[in-house]
Amino acid sequence: MATVTFDKATRVYPGTERPAVDALDLHIEDGEFLVLVGPSGCGKSTSLRMLAGLEDVNAGRILIGDRDVTNIQPKDRDIAMVFQNYALYPHMSVADNMGFALKIAGTPKADIRKRVEEAAKILDLSEYLDRKPKALSGGQRQRVAMGRAIVRSPQVFLMDEPLSNLDAKLRVQTRTQIASLQRRLGVTTVYVTHDQTEALTMGDRIAVLKDGLLQQVGTPRDMYDTPNNVFVAGFIGSPAMNIGSFEVVDGAAQLGQTRIPLERAVIAAMTPEDKGHLTVGFRPESLDIVGAGTEGSIGVKVNLVEELGSDAFVYGEIVGAGEAAKEIRSGAGEAQVIVRVDPRAVPLKGDTVWVSVRPGERHVFSSATGARITV
Amino acid sequence: MAQSLQITAAAPDPALLDLPWDVPLEDWPAEVLAALPRGISRHIVRFVKLSGRVIAVKEIGETVAYREYELLRALSKLDVPSVEPVGVITGRRAPDGERLEAVLITQHLQYSLPYRALFCQSLQPGTTARLIDALTVLLVRLHLSGFYWGDVSLSNTLFRRDAATFAAYLVDAETGDLHDRLTDGQRAYDLEIARVNIIGELMDLEAGELLEVGVDTVAIGNLLAERYTELWDILTSEESFHAGERWRVAARIERLNALGFDVGELDIMTDVDGTTLRIQPKVVDAGHHSRRLMRLTGLDVQENQARRLLNDLDSYRAASDRQNDEEEFVAHDWLSGVFEPAVRAVPRELRGKLEPAQMFHELLDHRWFISSEQGRDVPMAEAVASYIVNVLPARPDERALLELDTGALPELDEEDLLALEAD
Repeated sequence: MATVTFDKATRVYPGTERPAVDALDLHIEDGEFLVLVGPSGCGKSTSLRMLAGLEDVNAGRILIGDRDVTNIQPKDRDIAMVFQNYALYPHMSVADNMGFALKIAGTPKADIRKRVEEAAKILDLSEYLDRKPKALSGGQRQRVAMGRAIVRSPQVFLMDEPLSNLDAKLRVQTRTQIASLQRRLGVTTVYVTHDQTEALTMGDRIAVLKDGLLQQVGTPRDMYDTPNNVFVAGFIGSPAMNIGSFEVVDGAAQLGQTRIPLERAVIAAMTPEDKGHLTVGFRPESLDIVGAGTEGSIGVKVNLVEELGSDAFVYGEIVGAGEAAKEIRSGAGEAQVIVRVDPRAVPLKGDTVWVSVRPGERHVFSSATGARITV
Repeated sequence: MAQSLQITAAAPDPALLDLPWDVPLEDWPAEVLAALPRGISRHIVRFVKLSGRVIAVKEIGETVAYREYELLRALSKLDVPSVEPVGVITGRRAPDGERLEAVLITQHLQYSLPYRALFCQSLQPGTTARLIDALTVLLVRLHLSGFYWGDVSLSNTLFRRDAATFAAYLVDAETGDLHDRLTDGQRAYDLEIARVNIIGELMDLEAGELLEVGVDTVAIGNLLAERYTELWDILTSEESFHAGERWRVAARIERLNALGFDVGELDIMTDVDGTTLRIQPKVVDAGHHSRRLMRLTGLDVQENQARRLLNDLDSYRAASDRQNDEEEFVAHDWLSGVFEPAVRAVPRELRGKLEPAQMFHELLDHRWFISSEQGRDVPMAEAVASYIVNVLPARPDERALLELDTGALPELDEEDLLALEAD
C-alpha cells in the first residue's frame, strides 16, 4: 500500500542557514490526492523533489509505504513524475507510445499489452490503441502522455505545477481531467501548485507551506473554515479574508468607530505579548448588511462596486478609522475591505454600508503569534 | 497588426515587427518560413527568416517563455553549448481580439542539424554511436555547470559536425533548472530520463524504417549511461596513491586534457604522515584544445576541429623544421600560409556548404586520401583544387536553407513524417 510519509524531513541548501524545508512532518494516505501549496519560495517544490529523490535530505526520513527511501535513487523509488515529457513518437502506435518504457524495462509483451489496455480504458483511448498519434486530437494526445506514467503502475504520482504552461481555458479543462483521472485510478498523488484555487478544487487535503514550515494540513473545508493562523487565513480563499489588527478595549475589538464585542474566553486567551491587541478576520461572504449603528457592526464607505452577475463585491474603507485605517487589509490591499453583497441590491459609490460578521464566522488570532484563538 | 506587443530582447531587431504576430504560429505563410528540418516537439515551432538569418519561434505560455529565456541566457554566460536566446514576445492578439500565445525566439544554430535529418541522409555507419558520444559530453558539461535538464533527448538537441564526430547543443531548456551544484539524485534521474528518451526516439526511427540496420536501441541508451558515468568519474572522482607516485597528478591532468577538458582547480590532500596522496579535480572546463587554438591563431572552432587543426599545425612545424621557433610565430605563419589560402580557394557560391574549420578538416582528409591513392605526397593547393571539383559540389548545404529548391535536406517535421504512413 502506498502511503507517503515525511518524517521530520529537512533540506538545507549548502551555504544557507535557513532550511528550505524545515522538519516537515506529513503523512499522506494511500490513494489520497494531496496538494502542497504556498507562495513562491515556501518549500513546496523542494519537498516534492525530496520525495522524488532529486534533493538530498539533510535530516529526517522519507518513507513510501513502510519503505525508507531516503537514500534510494529516484528510478528505484517506484514513483512517476507526470507531465515531464509528452512529445509523442509519430511512427509508433498509441499502444507502443504508452508502453515503450515497459518494453525497455524488459516486461513481457503480454503484460505490456494488458497494462496498456487497462490504462487505455481509463483514459477513453481503447479504440485508438493501434492508430498513430496523428489520428488523435490534442486532448487525446495529452492523455496518451498521461498513459505513459499510468502503465508503469507507480506507487505515487508526483506533479509539479503541471498546469503552469497552459493557457487559462486549457488549465481549467486539464485540472478537471487530472482530478477525475486520479479518482478513477486511486493512486496516491502529491501535487504542487502556488494557486490556492487549484488546491481547493483538486485536493482531498491541502498542505500550506511558508518559509519551509508546514502551516496547516487539512481538507479544503477545514482550511477554509478554520485556518490555524493568520497566514493560512489570508492565503486560502478568494477574494482573500479581511484581516485587521484591533485594539482590545472594554471587552471589545476596536478599530476607529468599529467596536466588535468579544467573548470573555477570547480575552482570557490573550497574553502580555499581544500588547492589548488582537487580529480579527472575516471573509467577504461572512458579512450581512445591517442597520446603521447596530452593535458590533462595521461601517464601510464604498469606493467601488464590482458586479459579476452571480455576485457583487463592494470595495471600501472602514469609516472613522483615521490613522488606524492601515491596520486592516484584504484582497484589495492595505486599508481596504471587501464585502460580498446581493447583486440585486448594490450600494452606490460614496454610500456607507453597515455590515455585521455572521455568528461563528469571525476568526480571531493572537496578535503576537498569529495563531488561531479557539473558543 | 497586433496591438500592444511586448518584446523582451537583449538587442531587438526592428525587423521582428514585420512578422505576422497577429496570426497563430501554425498558420504563418510559407514566404516568411525557412525550410529547415524540425524535430518532434510538443509545442508549435517554426523556423523564420529574419534579416538574412534564421530564427526559431516557439509558441508557449508566457511565464514559461520568460523562464526559459532567462535560463538560456544564464547557460550562455556559463559558456555551455546551447542555442542563443533572442527574446520573448507577449501581448499577441488576433484581429478579432482573441489572445494568442506568447513566443520564445532563439537563434537558429548555423550548420546544425536535428538528429532526424542526420538519419535521413546517407551516412557513415557508426553515426548513432557518435551522436550519443556528443550528447554524453553535453550532458556532463551541463551537469558540471549545475544545470539539471529534466528532459534530455535527441529531439532537444542540435548537432554540429566537429571534425570526425559531432558536437551537441542544448535546444530546449523548458524543464531545466540551474543550481549551484547538482545532487547525485538529480544527475542520476537526468541520466535515466536521457536513457529512456533516447531509446524511445531510436525505436521510433526504427518503426519508421529510418534507422541504420543492426542498431540495438536499448544497448545504445545504456551506452549513454555508461559513457556518462565513465566521463564523470574521470572528471570529478577522487584518486589516491602512494606519495612516491606523484607522476599520477600530471597523468590525471593529461588525461583530462586529452578528453578536451582543462583543470581549473585540483585538490591535493596528504594524510597525516604524508605517505598517501589524494587528488580530486574541483573545477574542470571544457574546451582545452579550442582555447589553445584560439590563443595561437584567433580561430574560434569546436573542440575536435581544434584538435585536428592543432595536429596539422604541429605537422607543419615539423615539416618546416621550426621546432625551436616560438609557437605563436609558427602558428601565425600556418594560419596565413596554409589554413586561410585553403579555405579562400573555395569559390564563394560553394562556401555555404560547410563551416570553414569543418571544410579544412575535410580538405585534410581528402589530401590524405588522394595521396595514398597516388602513392605520393599531394601538395595542399592541388588537394584543395581536387576537393572543390570532386567532393564539395555533392555535399548538401548545411549553413541554412533559405530556399526550398536547392536540392538540400528535406523539411522533416512531424506532419511530413506521418504523411508517409498509410493508415
